[in-house]
Amino acid sequence: MNIVSRLIAVAAQYKPRFWNAGTSKTQGQILFNYRKFWFASVTLRSLVSLVPIAILFMFTYVLENKAIRNENHLHTIRLTSNTRRTLTYFFEERLDALKFIVQEEKFEFLNNRLLLQDILRNLQRGFGGIIDLGVINAAGLQINYAGPFDLKDKDYRNQRWFVNCVQNGSYLSDVFLGYRNTPHLIIALKRPTPDGSFHILRVTLDVTKIIQILTSLELSERSEAFLCNRDGLLQTPSKYYGEFLQRVDLPIPAYSDRTQVMETVDKTGNPILIGYAYLDNSPYILMLVKRSKEIMKGWYTLRQEINWVFGISVILTLMVVLGISTFMVNKIYDADQTRLKAMERLESSSRLISIGRLAAGVAHEINNPLAVIGENAGLIDDIFNLKKEYSGDRQLQELIATVLESVERCGEITRQLLEFARHFEPKIQSLELKRIIAGVLSFLKKEASYRNIRIQMDIPDDFPVIDTDRSSLQQIFLNLINNAFQAMDKGGRLEIRAARQSQDLIRVSITDNGCGISEEDQQKIFEPFFTTKGMKEGTGLGLSITYGLVRKLKGEISVQSTMGQGTTFTVILPIKHGGDFRNETLAG
Amino acid sequence: MKLLLVDDEEKFISRLAERLKLRGYKADWATTFDDALARAGAEKYDIAVLDVKMPSMSGIDLKSKIERITPGIKFIFITGHGSEQDYDTVCQEAICCIIKPFKIEALVEQIEQALNS
Repeated sequence: MNIVSRLIAVAAQYKPRFWNAGTSKTQGQILFNYRKFWFASVTLRSLVSLVPIAILFMFTYVLENKAIRNENHLHTIRLTSNTRRTLTYFFEERLDALKFIVQEEKFEFLNNRLLLQDILRNLQRGFGGIIDLGVINAAGLQINYAGPFDLKDKDYRNQRWFVNCVQNGSYLSDVFLGYRNTPHLIIALKRPTPDGSFHILRVTLDVTKIIQILTSLELSERSEAFLCNRDGLLQTPSKYYGEFLQRVDLPIPAYSDRTQVMETVDKTGNPILIGYAYLDNSPYILMLVKRSKEIMKGWYTLRQEINWVFGISVILTLMVVLGISTFMVNKIYDADQTRLKAMERLESSSRLISIGRLAAGVAHEINNPLAVIGENAGLIDDIFNLKKEYSGDRQLQELIATVLESVERCGEITRQLLEFARHFEPKIQSLELKRIIAGVLSFLKKEASYRNIRIQMDIPDDFPVIDTDRSSLQQIFLNLINNAFQAMDKGGRLEIRAARQSQDLIRVSITDNGCGISEEDQQKIFEPFFTTKGMKEGTGLGLSITYGLVRKLKGEISVQSTMGQGTTFTVILPIKHGGDFRNETLAG
Repeated sequence: MKLLLVDDEEKFISRLAERLKLRGYKADWATTFDDALARAGAEKYDIAVLDVKMPSMSGIDLKSKIERITPGIKFIFITGHGSEQDYDTVCQEAICCIIKPFKIEALVEQIEQALNS
């Protein structure tokens, strides 16, 4: 639970600025549904970048799969082919040995048992795996025999191999148990005799030699090679696909004179790959069975790698997409906010102009009746001073003095109101800085006295008259002094200093001993919407407007501050403003 | 030393005239355009104190009419409409422009300056 809430807190930190736009009531007008915009952007960008990646990976998948499958087929064919050659050679070699014996030897050995035993020993020495050797006459009777069994005089007349050999001249048998009841196979060769009859020379081979050839193949786990005959009986033992000399559990592939590969399933439904070849001049089919699962093992590792790469690319792409979309929507949101604030400001400034006009109108109208009151009271005062009967009446004199004083005060108020509310259009005038600042201070006098802030003004007498726009200048100093007031506690001290900077420039500095501004904040202090006062107190526009106004008057503004000691704003202005105003910021 | 005071507000201009008389000036007053011109024609004044903006007449027009009748006469404008800066142009044609309400001492000072110059 703790981790979850912590994660949520972390996620909330990275929540983009626009996320809650429109959900809080204080934010007012919202130009777009930013969240929808963001979702659309993320979706579209993800699709555009992920679809090609997905297609690419699918291609890689299919191609790699095919490549590995092909390679396996080829490998299987090669191995089967080689084994087929080995086996074919094995049988031919033995048959050739028999032929050689038949050619070399005279007919003595037919009946000479010792001679036959000699030949058998030689064969065993030369080839190995040969069990016995026998000579059968045309009647199918074994007339001579060398070997471990007592098979002399056995009658083979009706046996298939005998019939076959008589017909074809030579014969290679299946593996069978025969009279001796052990698995063996025979190679028989017919030898015509000069008298028109024939003999058959028969050699019995041990199956182990063939099994050895097959097991010596380096096959992976659960793969094996074996022989079966054309009826599907297993000729060498199999671990997985049936009993020795019984039917194999696999389908028998159709005849082909070349090595082939076939894909099929075993009886438990596992996909397998069978490489097979029909051995020439023999009843044997060589089968090499591999489990697809085993041979595709390499593919699985490769596929896993591909999946990893794919996964990581997708995550990276999504991160970039999220980053870009968030950045973009944030930028749009900021721009909209700036626009909104500018619009609000424009609205409020036009409202200010209306209020200013109203105030000026009221002030004008009040001035005339004030003059009537003033003159009438003045006349009463004059009469009091001249006529003896009233000159002693202190109370009446004081009353009339109060009336006159109040008239004067009202006159002062209307004058200030007019002075300040008048110029909203920039207009270049020759102005005395001292009077402008005094005018601004008159608005802040009350606050200064409440908060016990001492104000020191240091402007030399020979300070030049400057040509610039009155209302801009007033607003600049009003903003700066206001700002200084907000930075100070009770009993603060405000210094306003002015001096000539050069032939064409003047410098005015406003120094407070308030809380100061951190270095980091100094960098951003003139940026729009930067505020340290919190959302409720400031719009963050005051200093940026001031900056805009100073730039408009072709001046420069800078700030120096030490935390806890105070802040100095320095404004440098030209003595003569050319007249054309530059508008750089939203403070127009 | 004769002054002609013109303002549409009778209760203001009559009291002002009376106060100036108390201070030793000869002051006549008028509240209408015609009355003012009639007085200017009847007598020779040294200084005319005119309201800039009156209903149905303009202080500037009145000034040029009076100037024609009495060449060399000096003018002081008074006004309740606006502040000093508003009447920069008006003031260039007169000695000065005083904003209502004003202290009588301010007017007296301007009159004395006009006479001495």
